[in-house]
Amino acid sequence: MRKPSSIREGYFFMQQQELIPHLFRTEAGKITTVLCKLYGMDQVELAEDITADTFLSAMETWPYKGIPPNPAAWLYTVAKHKAINFFTRKKIFDEKITRELQLPDIISENDDPDFSAENIADSQLRMLFAVCDPVIADESQIALALRILCGFGIEEIANAFLCTKEVIYKRIFRAKERLRNVKFQAEYPDPVQIETRSENVLRTIYLLFSEGYYSETNENTLREDLCFEAMRLVNLLLENEKTNNPSANALMALMCFHASRFAARRDSQGRMIFYDDQDESLWNRDLIAKGSYFFQLSSKGNEISRYHLEAGIAYWHTIRNDTKDKWENILQLYNKLLVLEYSPMAALNRTYALSKARSVGEAISAAEKLQLNDSQYYFTLLGVLYKNNDAEKSRNYLNRALELAKTPADRDALNRQLRG
Amino acid sequence: MQEFMLIFRHENAVGQVSPEQIQQWMKQTMDWIGGIAAQNKFVRGDGLPFDNARVVHHNKMVTNGPFGEIKETLGGYIVVKADSVDEAVEFAKGSPVLQGEGNTVEVRKVARGDGIH
Repeated sequence: MRKPSSIREGYFFMQQQELIPHLFRTEAGKITTVLCKLYGMDQVELAEDITADTFLSAMETWPYKGIPPNPAAWLYTVAKHKAINFFTRKKIFDEKITRELQLPDIISENDDPDFSAENIADSQLRMLFAVCDPVIADESQIALALRILCGFGIEEIANAFLCTKEVIYKRIFRAKERLRNVKFQAEYPDPVQIETRSENVLRTIYLLFSEGYYSETNENTLREDLCFEAMRLVNLLLENEKTNNPSANALMALMCFHASRFAARRDSQGRMIFYDDQDESLWNRDLIAKGSYFFQLSSKGNEISRYHLEAGIAYWHTIRNDTKDKWENILQLYNKLLVLEYSPMAALNRTYALSKARSVGEAISAAEKLQLNDSQYYFTLLGVLYKNNDAEKSRNYLNRALELAKTPADRDALNRQLRG
Repeated sequence: MQEFMLIFRHENAVGQVSPEQIQQWMKQTMDWIGGIAAQNKFVRGDGLPFDNARVVHHNKMVTNGPFGEIKETLGGYIVVKADSVDEAVEFAKGSPVLQGEGNTVEVRKVARGDGIH
């Protein structure tokens, strides 16, 4: 890249370097999904090419002509022209050559791309339901959602998941193969799809959020971006009356409550800070208030989903004071969550809540029944529970956890427990 | 892994209970079930309320509720996964139903869950 030669130009460069990646994230996904809706899911590559080409134009023109007053609108106009040009060229090609060769027509004539706010939202919602097809493996759904809907680069996705670019390419390729035959009818998702697929849509978005929240990547902004993209996708559901349901509101509440602790969860070196040691003044009160708002909306109707229960648990964690009442509520919510859907993490957290709401002794005997002998978190829990009444047992358990720990962050946290 | 039904039978089920007692009872029941679910051994369960209960007799005569001639009433059931009847019995021992004198928890293997039926 060319070196800036004046302060003004330098400022411009700085501004541009921040602006383009940000715009790419937010706008690339929108442009690609609008084009996919128009040309069909079998034309994902074409849509991605037009999008990439559009951003290339921005990179080429903006440094010389200046950033346009409305960059998003500029991008939409350019994307639209590129799409129209493509089809003009194709038409000529078809008339002059394809007919001679008698090749089948891939895409028929279409209207011009429509980048109105309504159509963008509609296209993204359709794509969300198409991507969250249960026949596509979870990790592929997430990768594809990040790629097409959220405009993440392959490298960014690979960084977030701590795997190679090739792995992500493969996941996305497989998912796209599956999507080829999806046809966006006038009414897509139709009521039946909303009914049958909503649960999977929420699950995929929650997985995406968790990937960000628990990601081992050292890039803080990337972690947060994943989470906020997940929240943006739920927002798509909430803004459409057909897909705005109590579970979606509960999921939004849950994510707001979790996200409120972003700034407090890691220190300047990126090390995990335990909940009890977090600086409460860093908790984001706006997000907590937003979470409470959606939590209230989620209580319409009789349905209690796992997101309701998890949002309830997350809500109690936004209250710092350790009262018996708080932990009693958390315990009962975990009881209900486990009855609804078992997970080892919920089982471990329930046992921890039991130690706080009742007694450590009761929690230890419950913990010993869990027998999750291949989980580092199981031994961490036992180590923590034994801490004050059998120091040696506690150390043994924490050391067993250390043997099982896979990431530097986990080993670091355990070493601090062992010292503390 | 087999499935067992734990059936709760109450003696003198009709009586006055306070809302606090009901709340306490609910909490104990949820703790018990939560402990089983935490081991991934809970399958399903339902309470069987007495409202609108009917008994259909052999001559197709219908009477209200199971009360009156029967000393014990069915209060509900849960289905658990267990390796043996003994393990299922251990689960049953934790049931708060047993706090009431004369109450029982009957442990029965569910035939459908054994992979043969």
